[in-house]
Amino acid sequence: MQQKTDLVAKNRLIDEMSIRNRLIEFFTKWEVILIFIAIAVFVFFTLKSPYFLDWFNLMNATFQFSEKAIMALPMIFIIMCGDIDISIASIIALCAYVVGNAALGGASIPSLILLSLLVGTAAGFFNGILITSLNMPAIAVTLATQSIYRGISIGLLGDQARTKFPPNFGVLGQEFVPGTTIPIEFVIYLVLMLIFAFVLHKTTYGRRLYAIGNSAEAARFSGINVKLTKIINFTLTGFFCGLTAILLASRILSVRSNIANGWDLEIITLVVLGGVSINGGRGSVFGVFVGSLVVGYLKFGMGLLKLSGTLMTIVIGSLLICAVLLPRLLDLYKAKRKLRIQAQR
Amino acid sequence: MVERSTKALVKRALARRELTLMALLVILLVPISIRSPQFLSPSNVNRILNDMAILAIVAIGQFYVILSGGIDLSVGSVIAFTGMACGMLNEAHPTISPFVLLLVGIAIGFLMGLFNGVLVAYGKIPPIITTLGTVNIYRGMTFLLSGGSWVTAHELSTAYIAFPRNTFLGISYLLWIAFAALAVFYYFGRFTRTGREIYAIGGNPTAAKFVGVNENKIRVIVFLVSGTLCGLAGALWTARYASAVNEMATGFEMQAVAACVLGGVNFSGGAGGIIGVALGTLFLGVVTNALPVVYLSVFWQTFVQGLIILIALALNTISDQRKYKRMLAQRRA
Repeated sequence: MQQKTDLVAKNRLIDEMSIRNRLIEFFTKWEVILIFIAIAVFVFFTLKSPYFLDWFNLMNATFQFSEKAIMALPMIFIIMCGDIDISIASIIALCAYVVGNAALGGASIPSLILLSLLVGTAAGFFNGILITSLNMPAIAVTLATQSIYRGISIGLLGDQARTKFPPNFGVLGQEFVPGTTIPIEFVIYLVLMLIFAFVLHKTTYGRRLYAIGNSAEAARFSGINVKLTKIINFTLTGFFCGLTAILLASRILSVRSNIANGWDLEIITLVVLGGVSINGGRGSVFGVFVGSLVVGYLKFGMGLLKLSGTLMTIVIGSLLICAVLLPRLLDLYKAKRKLRIQAQR
Repeated sequence: MVERSTKALVKRALARRELTLMALLVILLVPISIRSPQFLSPSNVNRILNDMAILAIVAIGQFYVILSGGIDLSVGSVIAFTGMACGMLNEAHPTISPFVLLLVGIAIGFLMGLFNGVLVAYGKIPPIITTLGTVNIYRGMTFLLSGGSWVTAHELSTAYIAFPRNTFLGISYLLWIAFAALAVFYYFGRFTRTGREIYAIGGNPTAAKFVGVNENKIRVIVFLVSGTLCGLAGALWTARYASAVNEMATGFEMQAVAACVLGGVNFSGGAGGIIGVALGTLFLGVVTNALPVVYLSVFWQTFVQGLIILIALALNTISDQRKYKRMLAQRRA
């Protein structure tokens, strides 16, 4: 009898704890913290500038980050598997060069798009083959191909620029969806974001990525073709580099060899800031979405306040370190709490 | 018996990697010097070496970080901040001795490396993320320090600008410093306890911890080495290029990593040596300077560098895998 009441009391205690635990679990998730950061960013800039919380301004600001946010999506897949790709900015430059050159030769818009996608896909595929065929580390291979792809566009373009494009080419990157004030680029991003979220979280392919990220060896032994998956990831990334090159060229209507310089690290920053573990196996598309918005609107807001880009690089660098440090500290706290509860029992 | 042959094998393989690089360098130099006899003239060799000296100094630091299994992406920003700090200090106090400026650079680099190292070791943040963060933070700090303006040649003292060009026994101070750094860190990596512990941590962290290597200490030390050398490089950079610009040394981290890869340093950590890194740096320098000799526009420099890195990487990987297979076969036998 005595034992039974003890047991009931214990169970109640555990239940109570579990509700509290669940709340703590929820509010210490990086994605949730990120939402709070996003809200803080919006509230702060709304209070500081009357121009911030304006629908047209908010939509117009998306031009500045849509392309990078699009590139962050396939990068999630690569980082999820524990790899990294630092050649994407160079692939974008290569595609943009090809587009600029073909446009100079008088190619039509559909053929320009097709060409860019083809070149990008081929470059990404080449990365994937190099990495998997000899089992070389992705960071080293893409360090080399970064120079190779960028080198081709520098070598062929030199210090020149390509600025002749077919009429209406600027529609994709500069215009709004007819009848609204939503940029076409941003709509493309939102659609792609939903597709990537579906693939990562609701399909076997997505689950495979998590499995590979947690342990490539274990994934291989459970029948996942790790090499093929990696090749697909890198090829996919190349494909989206082609798409981004089109959007970028269409937005700025000028192609130089230094186009998209430094984007690699910025895009990796977006992904890691969104809560994707650099060692792979953890993260979500939603987190990267919120992270991209935070970075995008932080830049926009600071521009409104006439704060230099300087301060912003410091803020983003610090955010990045916090994005990894904070969850770790919270994990530590949770583990200690669990120990304490167990000791109480 | 087996043990001895394995040891000999490893030794031979290590020696061979540096020998291969040396052979490649010679193979590259022969047609170049036939085509252009001036290429190997003392003055041109001196010029190439001086061009590569700063990269060599930075690559040493990068080497130790990669050796421990990490990567340091913040080197360009550390160079920029220390270079700017030294330039502005020199502008404010024109009479200051160049040696003091070098010490200031080293001290600032030391602190920046310490920050990286503490975040990696005690914050348990992966090195690539830590330095991806600090590359932004340090670059931003450079802008804050300078307020966006430059330090130009006429604002620097002549003693400071002349410092890297001054010669001792016919060799510039810059080169002496690079050689000294290479020698010191060659000794550090091969013959000191801490140096061997870095190899151990990079090769197998778990095993190293079991034999009593303090992992956190080693992780801090490699970033200290990298930061300090970048600080030194920053102070030299401003003097050599006679200006301090906010964007200076952008992307230099990739050059440093490339020199290490060419030198046969393994990204998984635990393998490689300073001689390889020095040869890798030299290789980059020769290739870059040889382009005009073969009538290739300098615009192709980036492409050729990338291609060479890729080939070196593939050769390294293949020889590593062959070595591993041989060792496995030996263990079975």
